[in-house]
Amino acid sequence: MTTDTAISPPRNLSPFAGLMRGTAGPVILVVAVIFAIWYLAAVLLNTPFQEGIYERAGQTDVPISQLITDTLAQERPVLPAPHQVVEEIYKTTVLKKITSKRSLIFHTGITLSSTMLGFVIGTVLGILLAIGIVHSRVLDKSLMPWVISSQTIPILAIAPMIIVVLNAVGISGLLPKAMISTYLSFFPVTVGMVKGLRSPEIIHLDLMHTYSASRAQTFWKLRFPYAVPYLFTSMKIGIAASLVGAIVGELPTGAVAGLGARLLAGSYYGQTVQIWSALIMAALLAGSLVGIVGMIEKLTLKRMGMAR
Amino acid sequence: MNQAATAAADASAKPVIDIEKLSLTFQTNDGPVHALSEIELKIEEGDFVSFIGPSGCGKTTLLRVIADLEQPTAGSISVNGLTPHEARLKRAYGYVFQAAALYPWRTIAGNIALPLEIMGLSKAEQQQRIARNMELVNLAGFEKKFPWQLSGGMQQRASIARALSVEPDLLLMDEPFGALDEIVRDHLNEQLLQLWAKTNKTVVFVTHSIPEAVFLSTKIVVLCPRPGRIYDVIESDLPRDRTLDVRETPEFLKIAHRVREGLRAGHSYDD
Repeated sequence: MTTDTAISPPRNLSPFAGLMRGTAGPVILVVAVIFAIWYLAAVLLNTPFQEGIYERAGQTDVPISQLITDTLAQERPVLPAPHQVVEEIYKTTVLKKITSKRSLIFHTGITLSSTMLGFVIGTVLGILLAIGIVHSRVLDKSLMPWVISSQTIPILAIAPMIIVVLNAVGISGLLPKAMISTYLSFFPVTVGMVKGLRSPEIIHLDLMHTYSASRAQTFWKLRFPYAVPYLFTSMKIGIAASLVGAIVGELPTGAVAGLGARLLAGSYYGQTVQIWSALIMAALLAGSLVGIVGMIEKLTLKRMGMAR
Repeated sequence: MNQAATAAADASAKPVIDIEKLSLTFQTNDGPVHALSEIELKIEEGDFVSFIGPSGCGKTTLLRVIADLEQPTAGSISVNGLTPHEARLKRAYGYVFQAAALYPWRTIAGNIALPLEIMGLSKAEQQQRIARNMELVNLAGFEKKFPWQLSGGMQQRASIARALSVEPDLLLMDEPFGALDEIVRDHLNEQLLQLWAKTNKTVVFVTHSIPEAVFLSTKIVVLCPRPGRIYDVIESDLPRDRTLDVRETPEFLKIAHRVREGLRAGHSYDD
């Protein structure tokens, strides 16, 4: 035990070895692959239109490098190239005032507000439904089938109906759109919370029984804390669904503002670059929202002592 | 002499637990299962009673009947002169489960506070009881730790402190040390005896370990399965204040032998 036999691990001399060891390497690789596929698809999909242009101009024998450059610089491409989308996003976010109707941030803000309102209502509704379902057999039998069947209806079909009905009773503006977000987001919260509230082990329930705890005490001291991790998981799904709901809610109303409105206007005028930049913006927004919920989850569970 | 003492106790005070002709039958898809059959048992104040028997003999079920976690189908049972249901509502007992069953989102102090919050005690009273009972199970200083930061033995001690904090005269323990290793178990057994001597509670203790039952108990109830029934009741004549060394004495081995004989006779090994 006196000899020091520490052997240093063999060093890998490949420059990529260090990069691939962490998570950064693989993440960069995946992004690079996506971009490569995207560029390739853009060239292939935009080529027929570009060839038409050449033919009408009487150009023949266009070199392949020229073709590629041209297909990636069309004004209304079938599939815009990533740099076109990035440029469009840059122009409509950084270079435009937030108050401008052409600012993507302005539109994102509109969609975000109805997403958040719908998400909050949906989460509260979901929790309340779950509490009812867990505590009452009658509610379980009578409500659960409706909760499930509500999600089998295509949202595109029911969204205009909700808007029309709410408009007829004089509710317009933010709330009808938020209602569609609610419609989509209450479901995962209900299902997750029912599962969560039912998940305490028998031994924990027996323990409450030996203390002759009331139903309310069992709920607040046992069932609810137990369900918190489930709640956050469902809220992550719920907030993404909420955003989809808000965008879908903007489509049938012919809304003039919001990411949905940008998609609609883009398709009217064949502005594919605008459509794609709105789509990317929606994806970024969804990603950030889910990320924020995830961060709150981490903090909460840490405070509760459930995360190690 | 023993009989005379029991008779005297009978005359002066009612037993803490009085079970008469108690039966419990579970209805299952494969027909009725006779978990308990014609149980007759009296447990006096200050007794340390162990239920021992093989799996399926109904020892845990019997404890759960006393705790009002199961309902008997026939016979009568009283706890402190009340029905188990009334006794439970009055929080007449503390129950220690096979697992510590601590809430992972509560600190050790928070876990011990749980029944006290449910009882609606004042914050000051809660603090006092937490401190006292953590001291009693030698866990002082671990108040702010979360359960996962403690060893299995310490978790089980915390769960005992939680049961004691209700300040019941009756402690029901369902194989509390079954999941722990031999060394920790010996240590906790010794501590449990000291605790029992200090607090003078009545303890009902379920186990499947012969040395544990003999070492701890003043009275050992041997149960046997199919149907679950009492085969033998052994009054221990070991001194009340005993140390682990008592296990080497002939008296201890004699009682252990009788328990083993009872377990062997009551159990048919053809299945």
